[in-house]
Amino acid sequence: MSGPTSVPAPAVTAAARSARATHQPGGRRDSRPKRIVIHGILILACVIAAFPIIRVLSVALRPGNRLLDSEFKLIPEGATLNAFVHVLTETDLPLWLFNSLVITTGTAIVGLLVAATSAYAFSRFKFPGRGVGLTALLATQLIPAAMLLVPLYLLAVQFKLANSYVGMVIALSVTAVPFSIWILKGYYDTVPIELEEAARIDGCSQLEAFWRILLPLSTPALVVVFLFNFLAAWNDYFLARILLSKEELLTWPLGLQRFQAQFQAQWNDLAAASILISVPVVLLFLYSSKWLVSGVTAGGVKG
Amino acid sequence: MSLDAVVTAIQQVGLTLIVIAIAVAALEGVLYLLLVRGLKTRLATPLMLVAPAFVGLAILIVYPLLWELNVSFTNMSLRNFRDPGFLGLENGMFVGLDNYVEVFTRPVLQLTTFWQLLLQTVLWTVINVTLHVAGGMALALLLHRQMRGKGIYRALIILPWAIPQVIALLIWRTEYNNEYGAANQLLRMAGFDGVPWLSDPFWNFIAMIITNVWLGIPFMMVIILGGLSSISSEYYEAAEMDGANSRQSFRAITLPLLRPVLTPAIILGTVWTFNNINVPFFINQNELETSDILVTALFRMAFQYNRYGDAAAFAFVIFIILLVFTVFYVRRTGSLRGAYE
Repeated sequence: MSGPTSVPAPAVTAAARSARATHQPGGRRDSRPKRIVIHGILILACVIAAFPIIRVLSVALRPGNRLLDSEFKLIPEGATLNAFVHVLTETDLPLWLFNSLVITTGTAIVGLLVAATSAYAFSRFKFPGRGVGLTALLATQLIPAAMLLVPLYLLAVQFKLANSYVGMVIALSVTAVPFSIWILKGYYDTVPIELEEAARIDGCSQLEAFWRILLPLSTPALVVVFLFNFLAAWNDYFLARILLSKEELLTWPLGLQRFQAQFQAQWNDLAAASILISVPVVLLFLYSSKWLVSGVTAGGVKG
Repeated sequence: MSLDAVVTAIQQVGLTLIVIAIAVAALEGVLYLLLVRGLKTRLATPLMLVAPAFVGLAILIVYPLLWELNVSFTNMSLRNFRDPGFLGLENGMFVGLDNYVEVFTRPVLQLTTFWQLLLQTVLWTVINVTLHVAGGMALALLLHRQMRGKGIYRALIILPWAIPQVIALLIWRTEYNNEYGAANQLLRMAGFDGVPWLSDPFWNFIAMIITNVWLGIPFMMVIILGGLSSISSEYYEAAEMDGANSRQSFRAITLPLLRPVLTPAIILGTVWTFNNINVPFFINQNELETSDILVTALFRMAFQYNRYGDAAAFAFVIFIILLVFTVFYVRRTGSLRGAYE
């Protein structure tokens, strides 16, 4: 769904430039006390940013009898990895993660294919309805998720699509498409059209030129759009909540909630599960953050 | 995790992909016959390229919205749960503009009126976006220099944006717990009394804002950092030669040159914050109606009170508010000029 869950991705364009041009505003080196103050503020910001994660790590390591301690130690007394073993072997967490992974991968592939081709049309062709189409894509970003959930739920009930992944995958990939098209169009626009023209003179058809020249040159943008769709679907909670209720179909956000309700006191299980879910996503995100500069602003920057 | 469940998941998603592939192939086939063979138009290629996306959007966004518009004129609810047909004219579900009038004249759920919710939403949006931009700007300016550990700082500060939001929100929610949560423990360590973060509407609203500011600053910081590094250092060198101090060069160089990056980010941030359902929904654990914002009230109206007709009308009122704001703001700032070439 749209909204802040969707990770606004990238703009690969500005990223490359920015990596090189790290200049010193003002041109001089900071004085020593100023440097200490700056490092101090940044360290404080890092602590605040990481604080909940540190806390959850510490809860996950606690042995079962000290869950409600009010200590602030990173490694608690009698630290144990039991909670991690427990959630992986004795709960449905692996199933929820698997379900999420399958839905998310399907969504990201469909979303990327659809967006990559549409963006090509918007970038390289003039056709009636082009401007209107671009505006319409932007307008979809204004629709509150809650507004779409009402009819999607009622229609899913009517067409018996509740409790199936068909509705989930289609809805998730389509809602991610408008933003993906804008990012890819912005990136395609920065690739010189002469390259494709040269290929066509050499005998490529238009679609071959797209497939063989433009797409390979746009790999960074394609990777980022794939990630953006992947993360948006991975983090979806509300669509799954209204469409899925069968135990074996649950995705991790729903499972995790069930967890919290079922094992009222088992904070360490919840914490361990949270960490297991977060780590791969955080690594993926940090890895791609080179490109995550400002896809959202690509259009504006260019103008 | 049983084998059956794994097979079910793969089957379902595989089936979906096949359905989509067949639908796209059929659509392209029809378009090919129509445009290439029939009309022989040069527009065939672009139209065939955009068709899958726009048909998808028509089925999953336009059609549901039209259907919702239809429902908004009926009294569909859990007690009256049947297909209304066209405006509910044939089965007596038609209520005209009643739902729209009631949005403004009756409490939205049970206690709060539309106007109070609107005020809370505007406050929520303005406070959040202001703090996001201010915090993001401050951190970006600090990070935008040659220094040791820059990459580590950046990676750590980005964390709130990187971890899955549902998890971040579940963590924050437990940290607001009266006795065991970190928020009150820290307050007590500093010698204050604990605060009822989850049960008092005012403090719950503050808790929502703290959480969302924590979540939203990294995005603005990354955007502003990108903007800062595209400003050539020559401007600053020239300003320094002319004797400008750092505050003057910030106002005369940094701010104006950041505008093309900042304006779209602010518009987007505003829309996202206005529409943010996750944070208020998860932090407002006790379902305090009085600290809801518009979109969470909408979700509760539809899925807890099951008042579908009312919710549909309410949704369109919210959408129109947002649309008017955005069109006005985009026009005034001209921030999308150039994106259409």
